[in-house]
Amino acid sequence: MLRKIGFKLTLGVGITTIIIIGVYAYFNIQSQSEVLLAEVERHANQLSETIKKSTHFDMLANRREGIYHIINTIGKEPGIQEVRVLNKAGEIIYSAREEDIGRMLNKKSESCYACHAADEPLERLSINERTRIYKPHPDSARVLGIINPIYNETSCWEAACHAHPEEQSVLGVLDITMSLKDADMQIKRSEINILIFAIIAMAAISFIIGFFINRWVDNPVKEMVKATQHIARGNLNYSLKDHRSDELGLLAKSFNIMTQKLAEARLQLFQSDKMASLGRLAAGVAHEINNPLTGVLTYSSFLLKRTKDNPEIQEDLKVIVRESKRSREIVKSLLDFARQSVPKKNKVDINVVIDQAISVVENQLSINKIQLIKQYDKNIPQIELDSNQMQQVLINLLVNSGDAIGSDGGTIIISTSLITLSPYGIWQIKKALCLKGHNLMDNEIKIAGKPSIKLKASADGNKGFVHLDPIYGKNRHQYEIQMKNSENIQFYCPTCDRSLIREGKKCPKCDSPVYSLEIPSQGNFEGCTNIGCNWQKWDEVDKAGQKKYVEIKVKDTGCGIAEENLNKIFDPFYTTKGQKGNGLGLAVTWGIIDNHDGTIKVESKVRKGTTFTIQLPIEQIRIS
Amino acid sequence: MSKQFDILAIDDEQVIIDSIAKLCSAEGWKVDAALDATAGLKKMDRNQYSLIICDIMMPDLDGFQFLAETQSRNIQTPVIITTGYSTVENAVKSLNSGAIDYLAKPFTVEELVSIVQRGLNYGKIMESFSNANRDSMPYVPCPPRYYQFGYSTWASIEEDGSLRIGVTDLFLETISKITQIELFNPETEIVQGNVCAHIETDDQLIHSILSPISGRIIRQNQSILNNRNLMEKDPYFDGWIYMIIPSDLEYELNHLIPCSSDRL
Repeated sequence: MLRKIGFKLTLGVGITTIIIIGVYAYFNIQSQSEVLLAEVERHANQLSETIKKSTHFDMLANRREGIYHIINTIGKEPGIQEVRVLNKAGEIIYSAREEDIGRMLNKKSESCYACHAADEPLERLSINERTRIYKPHPDSARVLGIINPIYNETSCWEAACHAHPEEQSVLGVLDITMSLKDADMQIKRSEINILIFAIIAMAAISFIIGFFINRWVDNPVKEMVKATQHIARGNLNYSLKDHRSDELGLLAKSFNIMTQKLAEARLQLFQSDKMASLGRLAAGVAHEINNPLTGVLTYSSFLLKRTKDNPEIQEDLKVIVRESKRSREIVKSLLDFARQSVPKKNKVDINVVIDQAISVVENQLSINKIQLIKQYDKNIPQIELDSNQMQQVLINLLVNSGDAIGSDGGTIIISTSLITLSPYGIWQIKKALCLKGHNLMDNEIKIAGKPSIKLKASADGNKGFVHLDPIYGKNRHQYEIQMKNSENIQFYCPTCDRSLIREGKKCPKCDSPVYSLEIPSQGNFEGCTNIGCNWQKWDEVDKAGQKKYVEIKVKDTGCGIAEENLNKIFDPFYTTKGQKGNGLGLAVTWGIIDNHDGTIKVESKVRKGTTFTIQLPIEQIRIS
Repeated sequence: MSKQFDILAIDDEQVIIDSIAKLCSAEGWKVDAALDATAGLKKMDRNQYSLIICDIMMPDLDGFQFLAETQSRNIQTPVIITTGYSTVENAVKSLNSGAIDYLAKPFTVEELVSIVQRGLNYGKIMESFSNANRDSMPYVPCPPRYYQFGYSTWASIEEDGSLRIGVTDLFLETISKITQIELFNPETEIVQGNVCAHIETDDQLIHSILSPISGRIIRQNQSILNNRNLMEKDPYFDGWIYMIIPSDLEYELNHLIPCSSDRL
């Protein structure tokens, strides 16, 4: 919990909020209390001026009762603590509190201190200097006092009483003290308000940040952790929802591409691993069988040589020699398969090859009441293939069909036809040029064994190389460039830096820019720059290169193959026949068809039957 | 105590040794045997052998290590490699490692006898060559710019990129007079190190010719079928066997010896 990004971010934002609001609150309270005190001060000053002015006339007339009356009345007002008039000597001559009258004040007392601090008493003070704030007792509320000097005026010394000589400048002081209880309370209240506001703001901000972090960061990260756990457990089909457009969405997209590539790589690795183990097995078997077979073959051929005068034995020995030689060929073909050897191809009629295969299994099929229907296309031209290997393929398929049907009878339909397929996914780019005629082929980086097309690429300010798959439509490209947005990639010729992007043309699938390469004497090759999009177009080849294929279908009415097993049937050692099968038949079949540049597919419905479809090119696609 | 044998058979399988011993003894050759390469080398220290037949897959030293050992000891006895793991790679590697010939298991009596006969003849020719003065070559070497596969076949690159292949004069010296030539049909794919033709001789032996290069046969030389002496008369030019379109020339050339730097 404490280590979570969400918590850390919330904590960081919370602390920042506290600091900002704290500083704001401090200055706010400060300025508020200043304004409030200034207001109280102005009020007190005004009041003291009023008292001074209203008592002025009574002073001149020396009507003490009038002065007492005014001071008493004002002194009783709420909030006003004291109203006093002091003479030059420091004696209180008027006060709202009668017991104070006649009391002498020390010049060091807080009412006098402002002027009498220096040796020579000051005569004029600014309003700030006349004001003082103090606490009469430590527990009492604060008090604001203001002194207002009463200056000698012409009317004073000319008055009838002649109480004040002309040369005196200050006659006395009017001193008012007011309680700051109300103001202090107001300040306190606004402090509390601001504190409450700060706490609420902090909580709200933390909550909102927390909510969005949870939504934008925590949940996607949790999803991603879950996905990595799936991948770690080996489930490479797991993919993340990548509908988001932010960095994590991009990460999810890139994660999905990575797992997809990983899955493909694993599949290939798995396949080659299986082939490698098959190879080891074949090597072992070959070695182990060939030694005893040498004994049989040498001794029998030796006997054959020594018994030239005995035709009866000769016949039997010839069978032994012939069959030993056949075993030798079988072991050799197993070895050849293991190393995916080049088939020994001849021009043959595929229908004849099928008939030869049928003749081998016909007996067995008719015993099990299986009807075999042949639907041949008589117009198929001769094609180049290894007839032995192809026979092996067909025997495998027919035996499997027979086993699937069992002994209760059924039908196998074997058909051939001539079809035309698009070169998409088959045709190879052997030479590609930029607009200036620079060669783009790279022999060093090969994709599936074939030289790739090397382009310079730039995306998001990063530069690097891209190796395009030379097989039209296969799209096993390799990218040596980092990019955030797969849709903004630009391609250049590595030699002359000229852009390979075709101006004004957009990918019909995803609307991204399209690159265009010149294929000498085969027109232009176009493809989408977006990594996620697999659109490619090669007009010349599409038009001219429609290739003719022979399609062989073996269809049975057998028990069918469960869907979950369909992708395993071409794996070596996968068998449902228990002791009766070795699980190599279809793996060998797959290898042979692959060696003939053909494809083999299977469709099946449980209890309905299975159809194997083989497609072989009529003309070899020679890849030099 | 040194004994003279024609053949030393080295194989970890008793049945192979028995077969070789039986078939070769019937031909009148003296055969000795060893169950592993180390024992074979020890026997070679003590006794004289004209020819060695050695298996590849054996405990301790394998066939290739054995070949390396004979070379480091400067043993001139020709070696024929045989193996049950009969891949093209093993065939090519054997010839490249100094074996004179390669015999895939299982073999028939004809195959064994013909290869042993050639091996013994080869040994004799080489011996006479090193004994006699060097000016009198006992055979016509392969012309410059030709490539040789083992001692027996050659390939030469034509201007149009196709190849002509044939057998060397040394090979013809090791066999008796040709009585029949059996060729593969055009359009057949042949593989380097695999059999590509059979030659029958007047001593009733059928010799297998190993193809120097992989490819598709586009033409047979009809002249050698019509005139069997042509091959013996002019093995490098008019006596060629096939014209082929190579399938992987660049890679396979590495396994061939350019004739200008002929080591034989």
